[in-house]
Amino acid sequence: MARIGVFVCHCGENIGRTVDCEAVANACGELPGVVHAVDYKYMCSDPGQNLIKEAIAEKNLTGVVVAACSPHMHEKTFRKATEGAGLNPYLCEMTNIREQCSWIHEDRDAATAKAIDLTRFISEKIKRNSPLAPISISLERRALVIGGGISGLQAALDMADGGREVVLVEKQPSIGGHMSRLSETFPTLDCSQCILTPRMVEVHQHPRIKLLTYSEIESVDGYIGNFSVKIRKKARGVDETRCNGCGECQSVCPMKKIPSEFDAGLGNRTAIYVPFPQAVPNIPVIDRENCLRIKGMQKKKAKAACGRCAEACGRDAIDFEQEDTFVTEKVGAIVVATGYQLYSIGKEQTRKGITGYGEYGYGTVPDVIDGMQFERIASASGPSGGEIVRPSDGKVPKRVVFLQCIGSREPSKGIEYCSKLCCMYVAKHTMLYRHKVHDGEAIVFYMDIRAGGKGYDEFVRRAIEEDGAKYIRGRVSSIQREGEKVRLTGFDTLSGEQMEIDADMVVLATAMQAQPGIESLAQKLSVSYDGHGFINEAHPKLRPVDTNTAGVFVAGACQAPRDIPDSVAMASATASKVLGMFSKERLEREPTVAGVDKVTCSGCFHCERACPYGAVERYEVLNRSGEVEKVIAEVNEGVCQGCGSCQVACPSKSIELEGFTDAQIFAAINAL
Amino acid sequence: MKIGYFPGCSLHATAREYAESLGVITGPLDVEINEIDDWACCGATSAHATNHLLGVALPARTLALAAEQGHEQILAPCAACYSRLAAARRAVDNDPATGAAVEKAIGRSVGTARPISLVRLLAELAPKVREKAKRPLEDIKVACYYGCLLVRPPELNDLDDVEAPTMMETVVKATGAKPVSWNRRLDCCGGGFSLSRTSSVVRLSRTILEDARGAGADVLVVACPMCHSNLDFRQKAIARRSEGGMDIPVIYLSQLVGLALGQDHVALGLGRHFVSTASFISRIPGPREGESAAATEVG
Repeated sequence: MARIGVFVCHCGENIGRTVDCEAVANACGELPGVVHAVDYKYMCSDPGQNLIKEAIAEKNLTGVVVAACSPHMHEKTFRKATEGAGLNPYLCEMTNIREQCSWIHEDRDAATAKAIDLTRFISEKIKRNSPLAPISISLERRALVIGGGISGLQAALDMADGGREVVLVEKQPSIGGHMSRLSETFPTLDCSQCILTPRMVEVHQHPRIKLLTYSEIESVDGYIGNFSVKIRKKARGVDETRCNGCGECQSVCPMKKIPSEFDAGLGNRTAIYVPFPQAVPNIPVIDRENCLRIKGMQKKKAKAACGRCAEACGRDAIDFEQEDTFVTEKVGAIVVATGYQLYSIGKEQTRKGITGYGEYGYGTVPDVIDGMQFERIASASGPSGGEIVRPSDGKVPKRVVFLQCIGSREPSKGIEYCSKLCCMYVAKHTMLYRHKVHDGEAIVFYMDIRAGGKGYDEFVRRAIEEDGAKYIRGRVSSIQREGEKVRLTGFDTLSGEQMEIDADMVVLATAMQAQPGIESLAQKLSVSYDGHGFINEAHPKLRPVDTNTAGVFVAGACQAPRDIPDSVAMASATASKVLGMFSKERLEREPTVAGVDKVTCSGCFHCERACPYGAVERYEVLNRSGEVEKVIAEVNEGVCQGCGSCQVACPSKSIELEGFTDAQIFAAINAL
Repeated sequence: MKIGYFPGCSLHATAREYAESLGVITGPLDVEINEIDDWACCGATSAHATNHLLGVALPARTLALAAEQGHEQILAPCAACYSRLAAARRAVDNDPATGAAVEKAIGRSVGTARPISLVRLLAELAPKVREKAKRPLEDIKVACYYGCLLVRPPELNDLDDVEAPTMMETVVKATGAKPVSWNRRLDCCGGGFSLSRTSSVVRLSRTILEDARGAGADVLVVACPMCHSNLDFRQKAIARRSEGGMDIPVIYLSQLVGLALGQDHVALGLGRHFVSTASFISRIPGPREGESAAATEVG
């Protein structure tokens, strides 16, 4: 016989204001099988939990129903209390009379009646609950980090220093990401490369980090603790084991005019190249689109074109025939740190639904550049050696206008969000410019100055007050070529005046966007992303570095626009999450997973098609002579997320979700 | 290709040459335009500045008539007419309450006819223009002037890009002429302030014309009667305030296409402009050898 206890919570006034909790307890006390029903102001408090524990002991309860808030909030609390009193925790259930009742209704009588109905519903269900035990699954205590920018480097180092092996996969030929391209960093103006390159070297030399550059994720199988990741190592055209990074090949390559991606198109590189001097690893890569030899091979020309790099290489490391190879890594956790790309100002856009600024003349009016290009111009390792010169004629610009919010906060261009760090880097740009061009004029057009952060607002004030940057609140409507000048037509919204400024150079502070191709990676990892392609965190406040897929974590600007301190903090947070997970030998997880009745399953595999997580596997039933009699479904308990889709799809009712069986659900519905 | 045609007030009056040139080029381009029977004023400026429902109902009635007369598309060569028809289309499509109010006001169903501007129509016909071009306009440098109403407001834009449209240039290239690169393609000419604040119109139009001249344009091409009036009719007043005069012919896109198709400049209404087009026309050589001239095509 069931002996159910019902505990009704007032949640202070949250529930008590709209629902007559005492009446709910009284009504529930009359329900069949309910032997105990009380109400209390805060059921989640210690005295509240003690009410439950005492009742279990005194009344010998077989089930506990807590009518309170959402199970997302306190199910764990009450199940722990139940367990503490010696009852299986899965014999405790919550019914939500707050979010689903008191908060959304005004009529006290009707709300009270509804609260009674909701509680009756769960009391019927719980009579059919059975004790469940957590599932234990094996755990591969190695981690994979996708992306070798500052976030990925930090996460990898923290985990490796914590004693775990890490596989770091980077798409580009070198690690370092966007940060390696920056000149100085806000709000301290320390040199970006000076603080980054030690970390890069540390990663390269770390005995527990396996670095795979110029590689991409091909596919991801498995589940938390047991991921199997297939990685494509793209053909470098250079044998990594032989190359010693001497650079001879670069110096003889005849293709010298290829725009350098690292220098944002302002400098040139060769077809076989190391992207920048401090690249890690210092091994060149052959750009297959531009290499004369490889193009010749693709066209099946009889005579080998070029090949000078191979001749120059003293170690026989050049391999034009090299092909992509694949490696498979077994890992228990994955950190996604793929970073961002900058909004493209012109017509060409990488994302659907985004449009450019035709009137800003980017790409058509010379000396209209974006923020990253300015970083390269200001950088000592940049094409001008750190001298501030404009791209068109190499002259020192005497008046530079910086425009904020290019793309950001512009719903008509398809981006509603604030990119968060442009206010800061524009202030930094004005300083860098004024520090190098003392008689130069730095003018900034802004919508708002958003400088929240330690030392951030002070930094902007310093740009204005000490370094003399002129800030104009307003927008620029068009940018045009006027002789050797760039003419901006704009509007000062504080003075209400229209203005025309002739500048020598214009710098557009473009929005941060998700990386192209992030959707396909997210799909491989079964993590969700928002409409802009940013990876969704599991909870915006309380689980900011988890994703909805257990074992997959997110760090840095692939989750939202992030600056360096934020990215590093997130990366360390993911590392601590992973290390915490790896502190155990095996993983425990909720037992609310699907199970198959091997006798009645006919092997139609509707469940397999319905399962969004790929948790249904095939199981061969053998007869006595060892021959396959039938193939039926089996659920991988590590992968199953307990959504119940399979249960609905099964025509013979052979697959059921523990804790949510048909018997439980139908009994609950019949009680209404 | 058969489409409805909404001339609006200006193509029957101040912009007669726009209508004339259109009438001459549609035949060679295999387009049949049928003037909507019983069309009414689009209401531009006055109606929508007075009453929102009136501003939508007037052009919506024309859309309804076009649909009733069997047209899926309705050509509105005047940029203001296009803008009002497009605004009505959008208001009716996006807001059921407005749609119902409009249909009650005009006493008929609005139907599904959609407006199209002449710039888009000609851009879509550009391959045909190139194929049928009889006269080489190779040496002619053209400044394409869009003005505001063809692309703004952005939700009513009919062209390829709100901020950097290229459709007029596409048509000009199809005629063989050379579009120049210049800055003021999308600036405002002063529009309807021509009479009430003439000095503003003169100032705005002057910067446009000066920029076109600075870019080396022989001729300015427009697709809006209001722009045409400001830039052509006001050019004398503008020249007085501008160093070195002006004297830039301002013609309609349809007239340039007509010239390329080998049509007679009188039939194209090129004699009707305030700034003489004579010197510009004289620079265009006759039809290519072995091809008959305009007359046969005009019929």
